[in-house]
Amino acid sequence: MKKIEAIIKPHVLDEVKAALQQLGVTGMTAYEVKGFGRQKGHTEVYRGSEYTVDFVPKTKIELVVDDDIAPKVEQAIIDAARTGKIGDGKVFTSTIESAVRIRTGERGPEAL
Amino acid sequence: MQAIDTGSTAWMLVSAALVLFMTPGLALFYAGMVRSKNALSTTMHSLFAMGLVSIIWALVGYTLAFGHDFGGIVGGLQAIGLGGVLGSVTGSGTAAIPTSVYVMYQGMFAIITVGLITGAIAERMKFKAYVVFATAWVILVYSPLAHWVWGGGWLMKLGALDFAGGTVVHIASASAALATAICLGRRKGYGTEELRPHNIPMSVLGAGILWFGWFGFNAGSALASGHLAGSAFMATHLSAAAGLLAWNLTEVLTGRKPTVLGAASGAVAGLVGITPAAGFVTPLAAIFIGLTCGVLCYFALRIKNRFGFDDALDVVGVHGIGGTTGALLTGIFASVAVNAAGANGLLFGGGPALLGKQAIGVVATIAFSFTMSFVILKLLDATMGLRVDPETEAMGLDVSEHSETAYEL
Repeated sequence: MKKIEAIIKPHVLDEVKAALQQLGVTGMTAYEVKGFGRQKGHTEVYRGSEYTVDFVPKTKIELVVDDDIAPKVEQAIIDAARTGKIGDGKVFTSTIESAVRIRTGERGPEAL
Repeated sequence: MQAIDTGSTAWMLVSAALVLFMTPGLALFYAGMVRSKNALSTTMHSLFAMGLVSIIWALVGYTLAFGHDFGGIVGGLQAIGLGGVLGSVTGSGTAAIPTSVYVMYQGMFAIITVGLITGAIAERMKFKAYVVFATAWVILVYSPLAHWVWGGGWLMKLGALDFAGGTVVHIASASAALATAICLGRRKGYGTEELRPHNIPMSVLGAGILWFGWFGFNAGSALASGHLAGSAFMATHLSAAAGLLAWNLTEVLTGRKPTVLGAASGAVAGLVGITPAAGFVTPLAAIFIGLTCGVLCYFALRIKNRFGFDDALDVVGVHGIGGTTGALLTGIFASVAVNAAGANGLLFGGGPALLGKQAIGVVATIAFSFTMSFVILKLLDATMGLRVDPETEAMGLDVSEHSETAYEL
């Protein structure tokens, strides 16, 4: 099993979700997050005072999938989330040791 | 009972209610500009004044302001506890209204003036200390000042013009605000953390309510229904509109975007500026006053950080600068053609005399309000302490002072 975590632009979330559903992915978790990378923040002005906002709003998605479809999932996220502009985000893949479905006690890929 | 004018009475009842409504408007205007952890504490400063100041006004404030003149400085105690108010009449002819209406109308001004000060104490003052300060301030500062300007005191006798409270309300509150900003010190994180507004739409709603209520504040200051109320209403609206445009235009001309908080602030700056002048100037003069205040207040806020005082929500920049500008421009644009009870300013053949009297009014108000406020605050600081501890300040005053949070998000 692989865990795939991706930081993406908030407005591409629906496209990413649709692409993953087409692959047969049955679940994922999405968070609203703030962070910074190479994309710089922006400046806000209130009553003439400037405030630099370093943390940019992003969406983080997280899902655990079977080993065989992990590369496809990774590619689907990349295709759906790419705008070609700075700040498109990153995808991380790691290995998961175990998974349990709480309701039934199923373990491993069966639990996904 | 003496006869009253029903039309004027109806208008003054409505005006009193309009001025009261400005205070919850101010609460929203200010609360939107603080961080979410202090939204309630900032709201409470204005809301609580509606309770506290009303009772002080009824017990002693009104009579100190409008009782029989005592040496030009303060009113006598004839109407302590509002004794003798019921059944008596204020004004004459078409301006004759029940004194009860006059008492309420003037009391609403005292409430909003205290509310205005609180922009400078936001996010760090102990609530208890605020309550004691507000109580002392209404009795020792606001009531005498109202007497000086409107109650037959020395500024009124001098001939200084203040139609609706440029000195008594705006300059007085800004001077007190400066004293509180100095005595309290800067907010934790000032200059290092981002002390950003948390809800601009809330501030815009508040500014809209202020604008609406200001018609009672200024047009009601005619103290009767009629031509003068109409001209003050028109001047008020035009100045607010001009202030809004001027602020946004200044932003754009200095290479910035036209901001929403700027539009709201510009309108308030225009309203503040026209307050002393509303019943004395022509529509075009009102537009000029609004434009001037929009531009000047904008630049006042741009340079305020150089002074190092943390006047959190810009009471000095908007009400001090706007109020002073309006009071002085009244000395230039006032015309007896608009209001026979006024005087001619510099541009209308009156020479520099009125401008000089206006300047005396401004300087006297600043000196009195600032000094008295400073002394009251220092006494409170030495006895009960003014400021919450740093840990409480970091947590936010909503939880520490009121055991509530504004939002469940």
